[in-house]
Amino acid sequence: MKKAYLTALPYAVYACIFIVAPLILIVVYSFTSSGGEFTLEHFQRFFNFDNPAYMLVLWRSVRTAFVSTVICLLIGYPMAYILSKISARLRSILAFLFVLPMWMNFLLRTYAWMTLLEKTGIINTLLGAMGLPALNIMYTEWAVVLGNVYNFLPFMILPIYTSLTKMDQSLIEAAQDLGANRRGVFFKVTFPLSLPGVISGISMTFMPAVTTFIISRLLGGGQNALIGDIIENQFKVVGDWGFGSALSVILMVLILLSMNIMRRYEAENAEGGVLL
Amino acid sequence: MKKQRIGTWSVIYSALIFAFLYAPIVVLIIFSFNESKSRGSWGGFSLKWYESLFRNSDIMDALYTTLSVAFIASLVAVVIGTAAAIGIYYSRKRFKSLMTNITYLPMLNPDIVTGISLLILFLFLGINLGYTSLLLAHITFDIPYVILSVMPKLNQLDKNLYEAALDLGATPLEAFFKVILPEISPGVFTGFILAFTMSIDDFVISFFTTGPGTSTLSVTIYSMARKGIKPEINALSTIMFVVILILLVVVNIRSAKDVKKDSHRGGGSFL
Repeated sequence: MKKAYLTALPYAVYACIFIVAPLILIVVYSFTSSGGEFTLEHFQRFFNFDNPAYMLVLWRSVRTAFVSTVICLLIGYPMAYILSKISARLRSILAFLFVLPMWMNFLLRTYAWMTLLEKTGIINTLLGAMGLPALNIMYTEWAVVLGNVYNFLPFMILPIYTSLTKMDQSLIEAAQDLGANRRGVFFKVTFPLSLPGVISGISMTFMPAVTTFIISRLLGGGQNALIGDIIENQFKVVGDWGFGSALSVILMVLILLSMNIMRRYEAENAEGGVLL
Repeated sequence: MKKQRIGTWSVIYSALIFAFLYAPIVVLIIFSFNESKSRGSWGGFSLKWYESLFRNSDIMDALYTTLSVAFIASLVAVVIGTAAAIGIYYSRKRFKSLMTNITYLPMLNPDIVTGISLLILFLFLGINLGYTSLLLAHITFDIPYVILSVMPKLNQLDKNLYEAALDLGATPLEAFFKVILPEISPGVFTGFILAFTMSIDDFVISFFTTGPGTSTLSVTIYSMARKGIKPEINALSTIMFVVILILLVVVNIRSAKDVKKDSHRGGGSFL
């Protein structure tokens, strides 16, 4: 099979042009002034401690994504646990029902939340009919969190569910035989063993939540812009490609760094698993 | 292990989660039958949006673009990606890890960064934004899904299979088409479906790499969202949702039957 690697050549060429070169271009643009010279001005504009407007936007993005991820985990873990406990037949039906909504355009599903959440929307009409106070979260950060949780919850549930079903059941039986109560079994055996699923669930929820710009645009209104909105604005409206590229580079570094930390943590966990 | 009974709380909890996941979809479907144009009020049952849908050339053009780009892009991605997976699989370690890392890049990178980097590339190369740029962008993010679906199948392959075919007198091409390809075809098929789905579902990368005059459904929906979504879009999504539902149910029933058959034959399914 000496020449087999040749079949990868078309892809290697394609990847150089369409994956590697564009990333190099972004980095180049982020260090280029409008006059075409080397500059640090775009990064200085972001890391401006006298006027930290852009850092605050990034902070808001991270905060919103963090809150959304925590809520997804809190809501999603029990659901994944329930899924892993039911009979195989019911389980495959429910897993199917989880994936089904993802086949409907996510912009439309997010848009439909506007109909539900608006001041005179469906939820408030229902609440009013029951004599309950109205819920006014539209165009707030909480609406963005809700949109994130709604869109990314399946990404949290599915990996946790997978790791729960793949788990060696005899370990749980062993713990029970050794006298652990239900809580002990869960916190000392089940949960630690499901951590790889939890970690991939967290990264699959957090990453898209940090970088989204549609959910914040539709549900958050203008004043809750996230870093994705600012980047989109630089390219589509303002036309400041240098600054937009610099923001993209910062975002890319942030994501790749956190993925790296996650992976290292995962690797450590795997080692711990072997030691057990 | 003792079979645990599902408690009432579990049932209530699951019902609440499903209500949350399906609420917007139910709203969309109901409002596609709404006589009134407003998305806030109910004006009575009507099929008029389903009729006007087929006369709305903007939506029909976008649907055509979405489907054709998804189909062509995933087809090209399957060819390049399968060849790449085989090449990477049989190549030396250093090339292997380099290519694998490059393949992971578009999946790890935020979509918005991929979209923008491609936008810059197209303008740098002087490629006009439109159908071609859209297609190239989709091929770019589709290939990794194909490679990552085919790779596990290659790893399961017996290393000597190819050599055996050669020893028995097959030419390398015959060995590939008659021995390797049938073995990895489930992975190739999964890769195609995955790539096709990703293409249809994509908004962010299409948004940055398409130009005036060419629009996918997602991009059309996004530009409408500012002014208010036309009810025809609700009608179209309802139709697409029902089609996909039927397709998935058929596929699932079939595969469930296959599993049954397999277990009757004694060949346990590892799924």
